[in-house]
Amino acid sequence: MNKKADQDPAAGTPTAPYKVIGSRPMAQDAVDKARGRADCATNVKLPGMLHGRILRSPHAHARVLSMDTSRAEALPGVLAAATWKDLWTADELASPEKVSPDRKHFRDTYLASDKVLYCGHPVAAVAATDPWLAEEALKLIEVRYEVLRPILDPHLAAGEASPFLHEEAGANVLESPPGMGGNVTGRTERIKGDPEKGFAEADIVIEREFRVPTVHQGYLEPQVAVASWTSDRSVKLWSATQGAFYVRRDAAELLRLAVAKVKVIPMEPGGAFGGRNNSFLEPVAALLARKAGRPVRMIMTRAEVFEATCPSSGCFMRLKMGATREGKITAAAAYLLFESGAYPSMTWASRAADCMLAPYDIPNGRIDAYDVLVNKPKSGAYRAPSATQVTFAYESVIDEISGLIGMDPMAFRLKNAAREGTLRIGGAAYPRVGFVETMQAAMETEHYKTPFEGPFRGRGVACGWWPNNGLPSTCSMGVNPDGSVNLTMGSVDLGSNARTAVAMQTAEALSIPLGDVHVHVGDTDTIGYTATSGGSRTTFSTGIAAIEAARELLRRMGERAALIWKVDSSTVSHAEGVFTTSTDPAKRLTFKAVAAKVLTTGSPLFVTASVDPKGVGSAMATHIVDLEVDPETGKVTILRYTAIQDVGKAIHPVHIEGQIHGAVGQGIGRALSEGYQFDDQGKLLNRTFLDYRMPTMADLPLIETVLVEVPNPGHPYGVRGVAEPPVTPPPAAIAIALHRALGIRMNELPMSPEAILRKMGIIQ
Amino acid sequence: MGSKVRVEASVNGEKVDFLCDPRQSLLECLRDVLNLTGTKEGCNDGNCGACSVLLNGRLVNACLVLGAEIDGQEVTTVEGLSASGQLHPLQQAFLDNAAIQCGYCTPGMLMAAKALLDRNPDPTEQQIRFWMAGNLCRCTGYDKIVRAVMDAAARLRESRPNRQEGEEAAT
Repeated sequence: MNKKADQDPAAGTPTAPYKVIGSRPMAQDAVDKARGRADCATNVKLPGMLHGRILRSPHAHARVLSMDTSRAEALPGVLAAATWKDLWTADELASPEKVSPDRKHFRDTYLASDKVLYCGHPVAAVAATDPWLAEEALKLIEVRYEVLRPILDPHLAAGEASPFLHEEAGANVLESPPGMGGNVTGRTERIKGDPEKGFAEADIVIEREFRVPTVHQGYLEPQVAVASWTSDRSVKLWSATQGAFYVRRDAAELLRLAVAKVKVIPMEPGGAFGGRNNSFLEPVAALLARKAGRPVRMIMTRAEVFEATCPSSGCFMRLKMGATREGKITAAAAYLLFESGAYPSMTWASRAADCMLAPYDIPNGRIDAYDVLVNKPKSGAYRAPSATQVTFAYESVIDEISGLIGMDPMAFRLKNAAREGTLRIGGAAYPRVGFVETMQAAMETEHYKTPFEGPFRGRGVACGWWPNNGLPSTCSMGVNPDGSVNLTMGSVDLGSNARTAVAMQTAEALSIPLGDVHVHVGDTDTIGYTATSGGSRTTFSTGIAAIEAARELLRRMGERAALIWKVDSSTVSHAEGVFTTSTDPAKRLTFKAVAAKVLTTGSPLFVTASVDPKGVGSAMATHIVDLEVDPETGKVTILRYTAIQDVGKAIHPVHIEGQIHGAVGQGIGRALSEGYQFDDQGKLLNRTFLDYRMPTMADLPLIETVLVEVPNPGHPYGVRGVAEPPVTPPPAAIAIALHRALGIRMNELPMSPEAILRKMGIIQ
Repeated sequence: MGSKVRVEASVNGEKVDFLCDPRQSLLECLRDVLNLTGTKEGCNDGNCGACSVLLNGRLVNACLVLGAEIDGQEVTTVEGLSASGQLHPLQQAFLDNAAIQCGYCTPGMLMAAKALLDRNPDPTEQQIRFWMAGNLCRCTGYDKIVRAVMDAAARLRESRPNRQEGEEAAT
């Protein structure tokens, strides 16, 4: 299934066949990674550099009565200590009327002031000449706490009787929706049609509850920051971030600096998956470096990474669905309670509402989604945030209801699939999407068609969906006399090979060989504003920025060709790498020939394009899993896995496969083994890779992939985001396979051996 | 803190001579003292394999070995794989099979794979998966890494058809 991208006539490039797009070149930047030469932030070392460490709260919920860093500061070799008092006082923070909760929250996430709200909450920081000395100094910091009862259960936290996390003189400082407790910080309500009427029309109605724990992104490189001040009072920050401009914003805000005074240099991040959208260390390292007058490097331990970064939102979901005997969904209603952790963050409940049942045509629907504070780390983005959770719920319910009416689940899905023009619950209509094509492609796979039987064996099929992101991106491009092109992008390459994908689009747009494009990730001083590499947006948005810059470069090179030929520039056109003029068909100049004359015909040619594209294409994945359960131990072995996905136009098919493989691995981890475990005092129990069990090589099979190409009309070449749709189906697919294998319906993650044996009634 | 220890060792075939704190791990010595930053820290407790190196040909987590322990020993790190300037067949296979995403686990993966292929030049998929289960990767789902190791094994078998007697099989 290879449909061609819709041609954008302005692109000036042939529709098909593409010369570069769809090919499979090796990622040039991978060579340094293979040789151990990648520029990681953990490698950065500066003359006179100090080592910073953070003192963290041992309590999940406590008032801070006093802090004293004087003994730590007196330790020889300790050059700086910092607490929230080095940032802003309440007076400085104050708007004319009162302290703005948002800004206090922002400050207190880096260094706590009056309260600590989770185990691991930063309280103070020190910088010393070696990391062990810094560790020793932390023990000399005296903090007195009044320990409070931690609020860990989201249902209790949402209740009107719950104590508040964010209080001031006993009063809640947050506004909550009517009828909800003070820890509820956001409400999303989506309605379509008449749900009551829809349920009345159903022949069968089921309602099920699901629970999903917090999980960690599990990137291998710990959080790291290096800060160095220049003598003009500006600061340089080396960071393993996904979004250099986000770190710049946070550091400028926290340090009260002009944004232009902060330079963030994004280094090769060792994995990210949403976990590097937030800054944790960078502003603190800058603060310590300013106090000490020397550069400071901070690297988290793995326990700190688990305990004190932004893992995913744990949640409770209740989903009710009605359908007719003929297999048409008549109504659905969802209640979603998503933990936002210790601070209000992005609203993960509203993302959940976006994704709930998104790939289906639900005539009557209602979604009520709430964000609730609990004494756990602040929730953050993790690959398809909120979508994996709701997919587990809706695909499980769809499988069960289709079984109850005696219909094949894929036939049921196809009958209810959203198509172009379908309105989602909440309103928006789909542009061209490939849901039906993806499901059909799944049903055509050899895997789907091959029977799978045997005791304690089961096959599961589930779909999943992610909206993908647009957001602003900037690329700049300069042409050199030898015809090579320097491309700088503001997007960090997280390892998705985004550099290659953007360079390939550039080469295609310029009709030059890929080898002539040298791509580089810029720092915040050298490239225009670019949002984080998140939401599977980079190949789409940054690709569009590169295409626009390429078009502008070609236009200006056309002007030079006109100068050389002494003709009007409106007569010059470009195709297939050659400039021509309508005034004389014999006149031809290649891209290289014009490039060679750029510096002798006028100014250098260097162009920049900043875009904020809106034509984002959402995408569906359908996964098929065969598994076997050991009935004595409850251990699940994945025997075969196939992932089918609408990828839009595939820029680099092999790299897309890599994204799908990685997402499936993470999805299987969420399904079977990963989940934060807290004790009743809110201490995280599994803070190592031994106890927090991510899939190892021995846990996974080879993963088959099928790329379905339904071009996104909102991108010149038809690009859709590819990295997140494939993390959404695995838990549902595995739960469904477990139903076929054992006759049980798992409604809680992870589906660990213990949980499976309990559900089977073998253990209590 | 105590006085420093003098260590003489062979690292990637070069004689090195350095001072380290008795408590410094081999990982810290490689990265901070010898500036061999190809070896990565992921967890510092032996659970991720990002710091895998060869100590006298044996696969170890550098975070679990003290720097002082390598006195008189031979260490090979990722930098030693292409010391001649030529990429090792494993490195080339990782590149050709697109087995590298963020690349943070790659040096450790390469060293673990080398230790495997040094012992067993023709491993099955299952043998690769069990041998390398101590090396976490969060990006790739391991699919292309497994394929790359099998590819490299085939390339190495072609380049040295006469296997030495007495090589122990991987368990």
